[in-house]
Amino acid sequence: MDFNLTDQQNDIRKTVRDFAENEVKPLAKQLDESEQFSPELTKKMGELGLFGMYLPEEYGGLGTDTISYIIAVEELARVDGSHAATLAAHNSLGIGPLYYFGTKAQKEKYLPQLTTGDKLWAFGLTEPNAGSDSRGTKTNAVLENGNWIINGSKIFITNGSTDFSLGATVQAITGMNGDRKEYSTIIVENGTPGFKTVTMHKKMMWRASITSELYFDDCKVPEENLLGAVGQGSKIMLSTLDNGRLSIAAMGLGLAQGAYEMALEHAKTRQQFGKPIIKFQTIAFKLADMALKIELGRNLLYKACWLKDSKKQFAKEAAMAKLYCSEIAKEVADEAVQIHGGYGLMKEYDIERFYRDQRLLQIGEGTSEIQRLVISRHIGA
Amino acid sequence: MKIVVCVSHVPDSAAKINIGADEKNIDKNGVSFILNPYDEFALEEALKIKDSIGADVVLVSVGGDEVKETIRKGLAMGADSGILLKTNAYRDSISTAKLIAEEIKLQGANLVFLGKQSIDGDNGVVGQLVAEILGFNSVSVAVSFNLNGDKIVAEREIEGGREVVETSLPAVITAQKGLNDPRYASLKGIMAAKKKVIDEKEVTVSEIGVELIKLKKPAQKQAGKILGKDSSAVPELVRLLKEEAKVI
Repeated sequence: MDFNLTDQQNDIRKTVRDFAENEVKPLAKQLDESEQFSPELTKKMGELGLFGMYLPEEYGGLGTDTISYIIAVEELARVDGSHAATLAAHNSLGIGPLYYFGTKAQKEKYLPQLTTGDKLWAFGLTEPNAGSDSRGTKTNAVLENGNWIINGSKIFITNGSTDFSLGATVQAITGMNGDRKEYSTIIVENGTPGFKTVTMHKKMMWRASITSELYFDDCKVPEENLLGAVGQGSKIMLSTLDNGRLSIAAMGLGLAQGAYEMALEHAKTRQQFGKPIIKFQTIAFKLADMALKIELGRNLLYKACWLKDSKKQFAKEAAMAKLYCSEIAKEVADEAVQIHGGYGLMKEYDIERFYRDQRLLQIGEGTSEIQRLVISRHIGA
Repeated sequence: MKIVVCVSHVPDSAAKINIGADEKNIDKNGVSFILNPYDEFALEEALKIKDSIGADVVLVSVGGDEVKETIRKGLAMGADSGILLKTNAYRDSISTAKLIAEEIKLQGANLVFLGKQSIDGDNGVVGQLVAEILGFNSVSVAVSFNLNGDKIVAEREIEGGREVVETSLPAVITAQKGLNDPRYASLKGIMAAKKKVIDEKEVTVSEIGVELIKLKKPAQKQAGKILGKDSSAVPELVRLLKEEAKVI
């Protein structure tokens, strides 16, 4: 066994941490408060090389392994959930299906534009009535004279309506296979007539990232915009979510790490009863538990990444990592607020934002309940 | 053209430093190390020349295996190759300068950048010593640098102002904060650095002129004094500031 990260993985962590501390952190609070997506920071993330970093160089990527990518998400999430979300959604949900299931022509057309920081891609799966039960999807596509005609709508889609949004991969019913619905995945570019995107406002968390509704009203795209084969939609969705779970886990881990560091610092400097509160065992033990959970989460997540990089099955471990890291993000953020006392309730303190940002993680890309379902199926329950 | 940039591997300026058991080294436990901040300005200046007129930028550093981490950082920022003059022996400024100067001679570089000082030893003389040994022109504490053919116009920071100086290659320049805005090592740079070579050369430290006896922590700061809570304390405060602190 070897728990060492490579020099390169360590260098990537250092560089992304520097970037996160110097570029993202100073703006995060204000962007959250004003519910503002930052085109400048998005562009800078692209210039640093974060977008599509795991893609091969021919598509503008850097050819990094999964762990390097996950470390990058973790380091952004350590300072801000919104920017980690923009990155994780674009890389795992946006670029992922195009890269893993696209034809050479599709990859050559889209991927190079998605690695520079100029363009973002979204993944349209969830619908108003199809959340955990994605088979409740109503959006449909009919093939007519060499075009797909798409009708329906999607909701809670990250990066769908930014000024940078180039398009989305959309899950739609394309027919019936006996009495089972047949799902396919179709590429729709922003600006296509009949395709409208609307930014959703008044979110509790990730307020500096864009969440969108997508509307399709007789939206017509060429037949070759089909991603993968007809009827392959569910497979593409499941595979995309397996990968996405790693990045949501990284967001949980990074958020927990950031919250823990804030709590540790506060506990060392906050004086009560004549001494720093960290000198009280009740506080010290809280911090010990946080450190333990973070260590466990990191080991689990990195192992899942290692399985993927080693071309082994990783779906069970990805679900476990997503479940565990998102739940400890909640627990650690909660205790970190507790350690901050009244200050933790004030927007002036970053921990207040972390406490809100963690809440999505047990819901998005498969709720905690769905993760338990996935794990239980993997263990034969 | 070939440019040598000398880089030091130093404790992070934010690190809390403790003295090691031997009293001659710091306790490296839990201390993270960085590329000396002044060397980042030095490297950026070399990379700007590389970007505008093309240059082969070679990093040179002295120290143990751990220094490779800092050389890799420089390679990731855009330097072309690195040389580690490998030794774990104690060095003073002149012995370090001799090692570096010899390597610069081997490299045949006629422009050398260093930070104005390393934030660990803080002697701030290696650049000028290297220039002296090589017989190169020397501009220290540069805050502006312009190369035109083999003519150099630079500005130096001096007390309360700047000095504009002119010299020519070959030259050694030491960089001060303000010279430029160092670039980030991009992830692309990190991936590219993997393919760049760090040449390791075992070296022997020559005679030491200045021996390190021991490290000491600065005296602990005294606790503040509260003289009173209203204006009646002012006369005593003024007296202490004048007579004890001697600041007014």
